[in-house]
Amino acid sequence: MAEESSPSSLTLLDFWPSPYGIRVRLALSLKDIPYTYKEEDLQNKSQLLLNSNPIHQQIPVLIHNNKPISESLIIIQYIDETWPDNPPKLMPDDPYERARARFWAVYVDKNVYELGRRVCLSHEGSHEERERARGELCECLKVLEGVLGEREYFGGVGLGLVDVCLVPFYAWFYAYERLGELEMEGVCPKLVAWGRRCVGEERVGRVVPGQDRVYELIVEMINKKLRFDQ
Amino acid sequence: MAATASEVKLLGAWPSPFVLRPRIALNIKSVEYEFLEEKFGSKSDVLLKSNPVYKKIPVLLHRDRPVCESLIIVQYIDETWTSGPSILPWDPYDRAIARFWGAYIDDKFFPSLVGIAKAEGPEAKAEALEKAKAGLELIEKAFKECSKGGEFFNGDQIGYLDIAFGCYVGWIRVTESMHGFKLFDEEKTPGLVAWSERFCTHEAVKDVMPETEKLIELLK
Repeated sequence: MAEESSPSSLTLLDFWPSPYGIRVRLALSLKDIPYTYKEEDLQNKSQLLLNSNPIHQQIPVLIHNNKPISESLIIIQYIDETWPDNPPKLMPDDPYERARARFWAVYVDKNVYELGRRVCLSHEGSHEERERARGELCECLKVLEGVLGEREYFGGVGLGLVDVCLVPFYAWFYAYERLGELEMEGVCPKLVAWGRRCVGEERVGRVVPGQDRVYELIVEMINKKLRFDQ
Repeated sequence: MAATASEVKLLGAWPSPFVLRPRIALNIKSVEYEFLEEKFGSKSDVLLKSNPVYKKIPVLLHRDRPVCESLIIVQYIDETWTSGPSILPWDPYDRAIARFWGAYIDDKFFPSLVGIAKAEGPEAKAEALEKAKAGLELIEKAFKECSKGGEFFNGDQIGYLDIAFGCYVGWIRVTESMHGFKLFDEEKTPGLVAWSERFCTHEAVKDVMPETEKLIELLK
């Protein structure tokens, strides 16, 4: 039975530049699922957010038929499982490939935000800190390049779970360049090409913010000492 | 899908709570496997080759293909051996809730448990203990909601969240014994107290759950 939804039955509590929120918007956009978007002020969280995610009090939260789901990776799998008739399928059918997709999605989660954040902050730190932060981020991105290999997408011929998890961080590449003094084409040419390919698709490009806009916001958040994962 | 012991191997170590998870899952599905015990303090070539990213146990080798990260392995086992009892709930929402609490247990509860051992001095220990107990009260609530009146987090049968949390029961008991206080509390977490007995005596768990005394010996 096809799952139906309308903007009244599906609400996303989010914060526009959050990479975790963008992922969920991407999954919904790729599958053409209508929903109501509600922007949260992270300095003044709504009662709805606090009630829907009392444990972590974080966005994104997807509320479907009044039932909240938290944690972006969990939300994406929920969307994929609840709307199986809306292509693309974000998870592969084969259990081994599913395990691989989950493994690398968790790897992205554990590494890319934190290492990228350190690079952006190291702009004001010592030479040693800058070198270490840059080295660690580059190593992480090179590992991911290795996983991508010669494929167009991590998901194979189309976007999958890992693409959806990682592509919001492509929007941070300009910030890594400016603040980390990294030359991304030199560091990870395949990932740069992959990122361009992804955002070139209409359903992705309409959701992932431009790199300039993200860079400006990161600078603002650094100045205010704020984080995206709070 | 039947499997011979040589098709399924698990790299692990008997005291590790993370290794316990796939062992219970394989038992639920009645899958025979070869347990390859890693020597304490060293990492075998097989381990380094099959988990080059983290170099950690457990690693499941199914027809020589490695699967890493304990909860990912449990889901792999559930999705591969479909003729046995289901480990994850059937409904997508219930599944999301089980995954949510699995992540909470690993990201928040387990560090708070480790925090008790690491805390130095009575004040720090007391604070660490309160933090862990607060976590357990949340898990008690989760148990009430997820079990829907059943004996296990997964309802009438043992499942994903029972495995995710149950693997820590041995170490919770070690912490209680070594520090002289109760974490599982008859008053505040009665559901978990009763559940932990049922879990530890379950067919799929009792032969692989490490004995508390042996874990304490290890720490000496």
